[in-house]
Amino acid sequence: MRKLSLENLNLAFASIAAKYPLYLPQDNSAGDAEYKKWEQGAKWSDKTNTVKSPKDFFFPQTEDLMAFQVSGKSIDIIDTRKESEDFVVFGVRACDVKSFEVLDNVFLTEPADSYYASRREHGIIVSVACTRPLETCFCKAFSIDPSEPAGDVSCYKTDDSLYLSANTEKGEALLAVISEYTEEADDAAVSKQKESINKIMDRLPLASLTPASFGGGKTKEFFDAPEWKSLSEACLGCGTCTFVCPTCQCYDIKDFKTGSGVIRYRCWDSCMYSEFTKMSAGQPRTSQLERFRQRFMHKLVYYPENNNGLFSCVGCGRCLSRCPIHMNIVKVMKALGGKKDE
Amino acid sequence: MNNRAETLIPKIGVITDIRIDTPDVKTFRVLTPDGKKVFDHKPGQCAMLSIPGVGEAMFSITSSPTNLEYMEFSIKKCGCVTEWLHQAEVGQAVTIRGPYGRPFPVDDEFAGKDLLFIAGGIGLAPLRSVINYCRYYPKRYGKIDIVYGSRSMSDLVDYKEIVDEWVNDENVNVHLTIDREQEGWTGHVGFVPNYVKELAFDTNKTAVLCGPPIMIKFTLEGLSALGFDKTQIYTTMELRMKCGIGKCGRCNIGSKYVCKDGPVFRMDELDELPDEY
Repeated sequence: MRKLSLENLNLAFASIAAKYPLYLPQDNSAGDAEYKKWEQGAKWSDKTNTVKSPKDFFFPQTEDLMAFQVSGKSIDIIDTRKESEDFVVFGVRACDVKSFEVLDNVFLTEPADSYYASRREHGIIVSVACTRPLETCFCKAFSIDPSEPAGDVSCYKTDDSLYLSANTEKGEALLAVISEYTEEADDAAVSKQKESINKIMDRLPLASLTPASFGGGKTKEFFDAPEWKSLSEACLGCGTCTFVCPTCQCYDIKDFKTGSGVIRYRCWDSCMYSEFTKMSAGQPRTSQLERFRQRFMHKLVYYPENNNGLFSCVGCGRCLSRCPIHMNIVKVMKALGGKKDE
Repeated sequence: MNNRAETLIPKIGVITDIRIDTPDVKTFRVLTPDGKKVFDHKPGQCAMLSIPGVGEAMFSITSSPTNLEYMEFSIKKCGCVTEWLHQAEVGQAVTIRGPYGRPFPVDDEFAGKDLLFIAGGIGLAPLRSVINYCRYYPKRYGKIDIVYGSRSMSDLVDYKEIVDEWVNDENVNVHLTIDREQEGWTGHVGFVPNYVKELAFDTNKTAVLCGPPIMIKFTLEGLSALGFDKTQIYTTMELRMKCGIGKCGRCNIGSKYVCKDGPVFRMDELDELPDEY
């Protein structure tokens, strides 16, 4: 375990930024935290989490896949892919670190997505333990420990210091970059912090939430549940939940005519949208109830069925604070039987 | 340069022949620019075709894998990409990627079985590949029965191959039907599900269905009434797709993706999935 005095934090950031592009949560003019590139004078946000998840770094909201030149009847395909450069994402919470594993299961399963794979190999993730979990947090329901985040480097922030521990070779290389500002330390302060975080977690309003009644093989049990009607009734189909969600991975592929050629790009899509499954031959999900059910069945039943029981939710709570009609996965889980002791 | 393999990046194909099958179905022959087959496939698999700037869509590969020279796609005009293709001329380049999906179990579950293929309208296109594959290896399979129906005579896809080759194949019995009486038609008249019941097939056969949902529904009921078990019946599905490899998230029926876990499903497998297709 290494210890960095917070007085030297900016010097450490400068050293990292001299070697890699460094992204960390910073407050924007609206007072919300968002990941931005570090520049001299940047301040690491005190917010517990960012509005948008860091999935952008590996699965960007839009990205070009390839280009075409079309002339007469002929077509040329231009492979525009570039190898990603090494970069550092600093200050990732335990829930969001776990979301990368959820995304890996989709994008790195053969045939692997080369765009995602390149960024994933070059991204260095520095996580930080949550000293101030929010009322909307429920990561523990998915067996995520907010006091013990994974990643290439795990950090623990106390009043005067940042404790750092490398978990991978990439992480060790990163700590070497700032070694002049750090010193060896024991983990007494970190252990104390863990205890206090876990006490807070136990007192949070969503502490009793559990996904135990969900999982693979439960399609028939939940698909026709009468609760879907009242749960989905007010859904606007706006897709906000999918855009702030760290594990939502649905995408669209579209072509853009540039005037001199065609760019084929990928962008985030949402199963909450009516066009998502629309075909010339028909539409398998005609109502918002069906689209709403798809999103939660995927996270709580279909995904775990295909991924050894892992749920496609990490309890970050973003959908709880951002849904305009205050519907969210917690209400769905509770309505369908996901609460302990009741 | 990102040197990893990438299935989303297609290959170039060239349309070398266009056959007009019906008023709204054309069959396109596709080869590489230097005249070779673009890739090999198994019966029932699909490929993504695209016209840059127009769009990309999934089509079943209509030709049999035993055709070593080229691939064919029978395509009904019904959306952006298909309308564009119907305007295309010989020599037009397209992009192509694949093959995608789980094929028909021609080497295991179909082996040694009498086969009953039942198709309606453009539903013959996905079955043509497996029918011609099984015709090519007559010793591997028992007798082949084909029930095929369409709205009218002129809507029968691939009519020339049916009357010139399939009808003359001693291993094959062809049963054609059209929805309504028509001048010049001496064959059966009536809907496919009723015709299947009339023909009263022996239940030792393995059945393969493809057609509009309403045809599938009533044909299934008919086959059940004859005594067929769901484990003897296969079909091939179609839902909207973008990636073809189970990642873009839209072609799922419950936990299964049609693009990679299908498009071929056995009826008892489909029964386990929610009724959302």
